[in-house]
Amino acid sequence: MIGELLAWLTDPAHWTGPGGILAQTLRHLYYCVVSVAAASLVAVPLGVYLGHTGRGSVLVVGASNAMRALPTLGLVTLLVLAFGLGELPALAGLVVLAIPSILSGAHAGVRNAPADAVDAARGMGMTPAQRLWQVELPTALPLVLGGVRSAMLQVVATAAVAAYVGLGGLGRILLDGLKISDYAQMASAAIVIAVLAVLLDLVLAGVTRLLVPRGLQLAARRGGTE
Amino acid sequence: MIDYFSSPSNRELVLDQLAEHVYLALLPLLLGVLLALPLGRLAQQVRWLRGALQGTANVVYTIPSLALFVLIPGLLGTPLLSSVNVVIALTLYTAALLVRPVQDALESVPAHVVAAATAMGYRPTRRFLTVELPLSVPVLAAAVRVASVSNISLVSVGALVGIGGLGRLFTDGFQRDHPVQIVIGIVLTLLLALVVDLLLVALWRLATPWARAEVGAA
Repeated sequence: MIGELLAWLTDPAHWTGPGGILAQTLRHLYYCVVSVAAASLVAVPLGVYLGHTGRGSVLVVGASNAMRALPTLGLVTLLVLAFGLGELPALAGLVVLAIPSILSGAHAGVRNAPADAVDAARGMGMTPAQRLWQVELPTALPLVLGGVRSAMLQVVATAAVAAYVGLGGLGRILLDGLKISDYAQMASAAIVIAVLAVLLDLVLAGVTRLLVPRGLQLAARRGGTE
Repeated sequence: MIDYFSSPSNRELVLDQLAEHVYLALLPLLLGVLLALPLGRLAQQVRWLRGALQGTANVVYTIPSLALFVLIPGLLGTPLLSSVNVVIALTLYTAALLVRPVQDALESVPAHVVAAATAMGYRPTRRFLTVELPLSVPVLAAAVRVASVSNISLVSVGALVGIGGLGRLFTDGFQRDHPVQIVIGIVLTLLLALVVDLLLVALWRLATPWARAEVGAA
């Protein structure tokens, strides 16, 4: 079985062409980046606003917990039946799924900015806007990016599932393999999906390390060893 | 909605898939907890294993469920359409999600309590089972609740590779162009998650009688 799998994976014919692994990987990547970016544009400002003002906390936490239970496949099939077959409804499903983790990350990040730091900023005479930009947002960054990271993982997985309703990407290769009971093809696609997910997670981990202010990283390390 | 349930074959379909869903979500939850306890204990006590265990757990949790459902038969030789694959995959997810919280929960047990138990002559195994584990339940509870919700949501993906569960209502409803059936599937999944969550909360309260006693005293 492993031999067939390797044979399928190493056959150059399976990598090139419009339905090949390379093209479908790019397509998969495109869906992931577009939907996470769209979700971030909505959810980060909203989460920051709600966290800063302290409004709607119960709603944010409750809604994001309920969304966790929402079955991906059900949402995507329903959206496509409701709005017609096509990529847009499936993509909308991905955006909807990505919003809660980003929203709760941004909300929790700003909400949990260290109270003494915020107080100190207030004592120094900073305006609310200055406090937000110079204190609350930088300290919230690890949690904001953590939310983006878990949203990305969810979207990579969901984009694979959404192939069922006609979205391209690596899920297409997997489900086509299922249809013709070609296990080598299915498993190859599954491996590429898994590798893509792990790589994207690593990239976002790297981005987090680059963006989080150095002072915060040092503080976290010091806190960790004590 | 009422029309849908007036057909006996629809009723039967929904109830069968609901039962299958409960089984496919909760068995892995139980197995995953049983697997995570010794692993979390190892991570707590053996320092050099900690990084390796947590790294592995992170990678496992990163792999999309559909990919895992397909890869397990190839790795273990189980039939592709067997529900065993879903049980194994979700057990792995649950264990991966819980290793870290088990470790944190065990570390949250006050050192003087552990020392007292040791001084009373408790051997490590008995001390672990009767003192450290019960005291770590409150910290562990939150993570187990997350794992149960995520399992209940993920079982439905199995329908794509022919496994039963409420996901059947989605694929079947999609093919028959029957949105009502999909809505029923979604609502039942959410309700199931809610009921299981409430049951877990009740279970924790039963398992930690001292917490109630303290509230009563205060």
